[in-house]
This record gives sequence, structure tokens and C-alpha cells, in this order.
Amino acid sequence: MSDPMAEIKASFFLECEELLEQLQDGLNRFEEGDDDPETVNEVFRAVHSIKGGAGAFGLTALVDFAHIFETSMDVVRSGEKSPEADDHKTFLVASDILCDLVAASRDETDVSPERVEESVAALKAFLGENGTDPEEDEVDPADFQPMGVSMTLPDVGGATTGSPGATQILPDLSALPETAPEPQEDPGNTSAQNAVPGTPGFSIHFRPDPSLFTSGNEPLHLLKILSELGETTINCHCDELPPIEQLDGEESYLSWTIDIRTTHSEQEIREVFDFVEDLCELRIETQEIATPDVFAPEEPASQPPSSDTEPPTPPIPEVETTVSKPDPQPSVTTAPSVSAAVPSQPSKAKETTAKPAKTGGTVRVELDRIDRLVNLVGELVINQAMLSQSVVEAGIGSDQNVAAGLDEFMQLTRDIQDSVMAIRAQPVKSLFQRMGRIVREASSAVGKDVRFVTSGEATEVDKTVIERLADPLTHMIRNAVDHGLEKNEERKNKGKTSQGTVKLSASHKSGRVLIEVSDDGGGINRQVVLRKAIEKGLISEGSQLTDSEIDNLLFLPGFSTAAEISNLSGRGVGMDVVRNSITALGGRISITSETDKGTKFSISLPLTLAVQDGMVIEVAHQTLVVPLNNIIETITLTADNLREMGPATTVVQLRDDFVPLLDLAVELGFAPPRSSYDDCVALLISPEEDSMAAVVIDKIIEQRQVVIKGLQDSYGAISGIAAATILGDGQIALILDAGDVISNASGRTRNTVETLQLTGAIA
Amino acid sequence: MNDALQDNPADLTEYLSFRIGAQEYTVDIMSVREIRGWTEATPLPHAPSYVRGVINLRGTVLPIIDLAARLGLPPDTDNDRSVVIVVQHYSETVGLLVDAVSDILTIARADLQTPPDMAADNQHRFVSALIIENERMIRVLDLNNTLTTTENQAA
Repeated sequence: MSDPMAEIKASFFLECEELLEQLQDGLNRFEEGDDDPETVNEVFRAVHSIKGGAGAFGLTALVDFAHIFETSMDVVRSGEKSPEADDHKTFLVASDILCDLVAASRDETDVSPERVEESVAALKAFLGENGTDPEEDEVDPADFQPMGVSMTLPDVGGATTGSPGATQILPDLSALPETAPEPQEDPGNTSAQNAVPGTPGFSIHFRPDPSLFTSGNEPLHLLKILSELGETTINCHCDELPPIEQLDGEESYLSWTIDIRTTHSEQEIREVFDFVEDLCELRIETQEIATPDVFAPEEPASQPPSSDTEPPTPPIPEVETTVSKPDPQPSVTTAPSVSAAVPSQPSKAKETTAKPAKTGGTVRVELDRIDRLVNLVGELVINQAMLSQSVVEAGIGSDQNVAAGLDEFMQLTRDIQDSVMAIRAQPVKSLFQRMGRIVREASSAVGKDVRFVTSGEATEVDKTVIERLADPLTHMIRNAVDHGLEKNEERKNKGKTSQGTVKLSASHKSGRVLIEVSDDGGGINRQVVLRKAIEKGLISEGSQLTDSEIDNLLFLPGFSTAAEISNLSGRGVGMDVVRNSITALGGRISITSETDKGTKFSISLPLTLAVQDGMVIEVAHQTLVVPLNNIIETITLTADNLREMGPATTVVQLRDDFVPLLDLAVELGFAPPRSSYDDCVALLISPEEDSMAAVVIDKIIEQRQVVIKGLQDSYGAISGIAAATILGDGQIALILDAGDVISNASGRTRNTVETLQLTGAIA
Repeated sequence: MNDALQDNPADLTEYLSFRIGAQEYTVDIMSVREIRGWTEATPLPHAPSYVRGVINLRGTVLPIIDLAARLGLPPDTDNDRSVVIVVQHYSETVGLLVDAVSDILTIARADLQTPPDMAADNQHRFVSALIIENERMIRVLDLNNTLTTTENQAA
């Protein structure tokens, strides 16, 4: 069975998916010029979290790569270097690799090491160019570490380098004893390299919410960790502390101002508060080198010999009392002076918001559960219809209370149905992000400069549709990059920007989802298409076709216009496959193209696969549903348009075409062929562009939306039947698979002599 | 069979007994999900003769097997009193159309008799054990054979 570790791992990978999405999102915004530090932080955090999780599971390849990526982002975040256009590409490629590595770790496969190395090299190059300086800064103190033990280093440093800083700091030092007798620094833990004069300082204002205590956090630990990061001065503000008799033991009255001088970045300081950032008021301000409030570097130098680990102890009783039995006395005296010092800081400090922008929380639910819910709601709707009917039959339908109650019930069930359907819907964003990657890979493979623009990412589509759209979209995007766009030089010659654009957009349009893939390339070269089609024998020579008819030739099986087979396309998978997968989703695809302006593919999809528009019909006393998107028109058969073809088959003449006549009752084995098809109703169905049939039915009942219920699970696949649905009267009706009916059709519409004999023999 | 040997022969199992024509059958009550009246089923095209079609069981599509046809017994003309026993066998849920549900029997494992192997009788593979109850012979339906062969009927 499943071991717990595997489960944790699985949830890590699920989390990774979310993080990777955030990462890509952040990088995209970053590339578009969003210089909000929070964007970079978001990217950094995503990489960092992946690294952390991967480390816990010993996924070294992932950790190693995430580490170098993280380092690069750290350089960007700290403002050491603002990336240029190429660097953004490097980051995006790195995020792709990270994505691959995550997938590889999950599926226990391998990622080609060259690609990883290539990206690592690119990141290193990025770090190398401008990253040397910050790196040296960081490396230096580390190199000094062994020597720093002597504790003479800060002295030397302070005396030699800190001339302007030190002089400014000194006066404050003299004022220190009066203003703040309580504050504790932590010279014992402040190793020399952390206290190097000239290192940046931060002023941290920290006010815990009561919830911080109730959730089991302890400010003392945070203060301790802070003091390990650098030289700290901790002031406790207790001016809000009420007299003991009014004291609420569960309230939080204290706040702290911590001045810290450290080589660590603001992010690292922020990480100390990672677990409590939602439970407190946190303000971190960067202080200039010579911030007057920071205590002089001389002090640690004088103290270390006497005390090593002692100093941190004094705050302990104070903090502990605030948690359990707050004792206002000892600190009250210090409060006014400290709070007076606080306002002086923000003037020089750059304030950043402490809380990361949180996007809406999500819950992962198995699809099965939602499907069950959808089923039950469908049943509820049917039940409600039945109830209404029985109320009317019982003769109490005119009762106002009953009628009002029923109305409300109907409204509620409809609302529930809508909400449940909405659960299955997902924004196309993740799909579009994947396509962004396809564009990057495709454009670098063919050496074209391509800009990828998306819009309508928030458009929601049924989850299954999204999953099944990935392949056709990938193909179309590749096509757009490979065939659609001209080469860079060619574009310049035409007076276009050398950078091509591929657009992917999604929108809702009259109850369907419209997805468009467009490029601003050369458009379809109709001469070439026509010649190709004739060459391949797809159309006969000399056929006169309209522009749109020529465009639609692209969808014919076995059609590929690329003169030479490139890496990307021309693998024999043509647009016909794309069209088939779109049709399988109940969608339609169309193409428009204008010479030198570009080509646009439009895909129109149903909102959900759980509900379908269908025509309810009757055949041999059975009720069936024909998907509406398969039906072209309804026709009435007359002796004029029926033509006998073979001994047992008939065709219908429809304007200038002959369409095979299929008797649905015969094809489904419900009834023998009729003696005459004169005056029968037939549906002209065309599940795919190149297949069409006139299907004889008994009558058309209505047109309605039906909830689709799979048959596979309970019975197995049935030829000619796609699924089942439940009608308003609670009866099950089968949904026709028009494509299957046509391809498996016998076409028998007459009893020939042999069949009569056969049936006679059986009887 | 192994299960039966390992278990204490005195263990009691409850069986739901039902009637098809003149014969009495039982199924392990633990596999029975519910019993419901007969409603007209929607026939499935190209289905074997014993598949009566599908009915709507609270939003799920439930295939109905006409047990009499499945077991090769003469069809019961009196359909009014027919009952559908909804059984679950592993992940498969199927409705069995029978003539009437009669009783719940509590039977010790030791009282289950292995049916004799008789090749001429095609139907014996649907019976996993025999019980003598009040001088009547009651067959224990082998759900595995009854349901799984629905798919490879053509073979």
C-alpha cells in the first residue's frame, strides 16, 4: 500500500506545480517590466520553496539546480543587478528546466544533462558578469571567519575604515545609558564579520498579535535568532501595558524595536519571521550605514572578553513574563525614551511591506468527488422536476405556499448546478503558461525572435477540456512559430518588426469558449497549398477553390506545407489531428488568413464536457440524443431525393451531393429496415468535415441540454453510443456517437432477398 | 474456497435468497446494495440478450442483467412482481432482475456444499455452493461468473 513518505512526496509535487506556476507568472510579469520588489520576491520564494522541499526528499539534482537559480534571483532581488532582456530569457529557460527537473523527480526519469548544464552555465554567466562584486562581498567575510576569532578584527575595522561612521556613532553611544538602559545587544553571538562597520543595518519593528501567542510562537526565540544574525539592539515597548488589575492575560501589549547590523540581507531577516508574519505587525526598515540609533561597533569589542553567552539571558525573564504573567514594572521606564527614538528612523529608511501578496487559497479535490457531486446534482434536478409534476397531479399546484416553495426549490437546484459546474472549471492560465514555454523552445530551435502575447488567461474552461487542449494547442503554436512567422530578415524586408508575435487568447462567446491562436506572419501561401494538395492528390487538378476552401485544405489528413521537415513540425502529425482532437471535444476549428498580415486559428469549444446540447429524438420507440454540434440540418425524405444505390443501400441526393442514408434503428439493431423511407425525417449529421450521412429517425422530440453520464464504467463501450444521459422523466437516454455510427454503418436500408432468407432461417 | 477452509466452519454468513421461476438462489448479503422495483430499462444496442438495458439509479447508469436469461432459465411471463437486486462486485455495480426476493438466510460455512461438477449443465458455473434449507435446495450465485462474462460474451 502507499507509504506515508510517498504521500508526503506526492503532496510536495502538487505544491511544486503551484509554485512553478507562481514562478512563471512572476517571471513573466518581471519580464514585462514589473519592477515591484514583491514580484522578484515571489519568484525567489517559489524557487526557494522548491529547493527546500527537494532537499527534504534528497532530490539532489533538483536542489543543485534550484540553488543556482535561487542565487541568481537573490542577486536580482538585492538589486545588485537589474536583468536585461536576455537575462529574462535565461530565467524563463531556467524555470522550464526546473519544471522538467520537478517532473523528472516525480516520475523518476531523467532530464538531458546538457540542457541543465546549458542553463546552469547561462545562470552562472549572469552571476559572473555583474555578480562578481556582490559575491566577493559575501565571500570576503566568510574568508575572514577563521581569523575573526581573535576578535581584534572589529577593532581594526572600526578604527581604520569607519572614520565617518564611527564619529557619528560615537555621540550616540554616550547618550545610550540614559535613553535605554534595558536594551540588550548580543556581542557574544555577534561574530566579527557580522558586525563589520559599514555593513547595512535594519530597524525592525515587531508587534505580535495575541494570535501569535495562542499559536504557540514565542517572541523570545525570534529575538534570539535575530541576535545570531548580527549585532542587535532590542528595545521593548511596554507603554501600552495597562495597570495590572486591567490586564488581560490573553492580550498582547508589548512590541519590540530591534536594531540590527548585519551582512545578512533583508530577506534573511524576514525569513526569521516566516512563521509569524501573519500573526504580527512587522516593519523592516533599511538603515543607512551611519544610522544614529545603531549602537557603536566599539562596544562589542570591549565586551567580548568578559561575556560570551551571558548577554542573551537578560531578555528572557522579561519576555517570559509578558507571555505568562505580564509584569509592567521593569520596562515601563524605558518605554518613553525608546518610542521617542523610533520616529527618527523612517525618515532614512525605505519601507517595504512585510506581508507577501497572497493569492486566493485553493483546495485540491479529487475529480471523482466532484463528478459524484455533479451526478447527485443532476439527480436533484430530475427529482425536482418530478416533484413539480406530482404536485400538479395531486391538485395542490395552485396553493400559493406550495408554488412559492417549489419555485424556490427550483431556483436553488439551478444555483447548485451552476456552482458545481463551476468547480470543474479552471482558468486556462496554466495551459497558456505551458504554451509560453513551447514558444520559447520553438523560437530558439528555428532561430526566430518571437514575442508571445496571451490574453484572457482567467477564462474558465472545464478541466478535462483544458487537459485535452494541450496537445492540439502545442501543435498549433509550433506551427505558428515554424511556418506562420517569417524569418527575422524577411520580416525586416517586408517592413515589419523583426520580432514576430504569436498571440494566444481565450474568451467566452455566446456560451462557448473561443480560443484563438494567431501570428503576424506571412499568412497562408495559397498557391503553395493548392499545388501541394494537387501533388498529393487531395484535390483534382484544375479545381476552382475559394480562398477559405484552400485554407481549409490544411486540415486534410496527410497535408504538410513545410518544404523541408524541420525539427519542430512536419513530423507527419498534421492539422487534421488537431482538428480531430478539437472535434472530439465537441469543438470546431476555423482558419482565417491574410497575406503578410498573419494567420488566425479560432477554436470554439463547449464550456463543459459534463453538459452537452443535444437533439432528443425517437427511434423505434427509444429515446436517443444526438449531439447538436454534429447536426447540420434536418431533411424530409421524398421519393425525389432518394436514390437506390446497391441492392441494400440508398443514398440521398442533397443539392449536388449524394449522402449515404442510414436507418438508425437498423444500425443500432433496434428494428429491421422499413419498407419505404418516403416522408421519413432524417438528420444530416457530419461529426467530421469529411464524413456525412443522412440518418433516418422516427421523430424529433426537443432540443435541450443534457448531462453526460459515462457508460464505460458501468457497462463498457458500445459501438455507436458515446454516453448516456438522464432525461426529465428520470429515464435514461443514450447519446449517439455520430462519428462511430457513420464509420461502423452497414448502410442497410432494404431487405434484400438473401437477408430475407436468412432471417427466415433463423425464425 | 481457501477462504472457506481458513474460516471457522461455524462462522455464520447471511444470504439474501430470491426466486427465479421455480428455482431459488442466494447471494451474500454483503454484496447487495439495495433492492428496488422494476422500472423499464433503456435497451442498449448490440447488447447480449440477457442485458435488459440500463436504468437510472439516482444519477448513475445501472446495467440490468435479466438473471433468468443469463442462467438459461425459461423467461417468467409475469413481470409485474419482478425486482431488481443491486449488487456490487468489486468496483462493478449491476442490477439483477429476479422474480421475487424471498428471505434472508443465516448459514454456517460448514453447511455450504460444493456443487458437483457436471459438464452437461452449462449453468453450474453460476452456482458456487448449494444449501439445504427446509428440505429445499438453494443455490448460491457465483457473482464473479455471472458478471464478468457479460463482457466476453461474444467469445
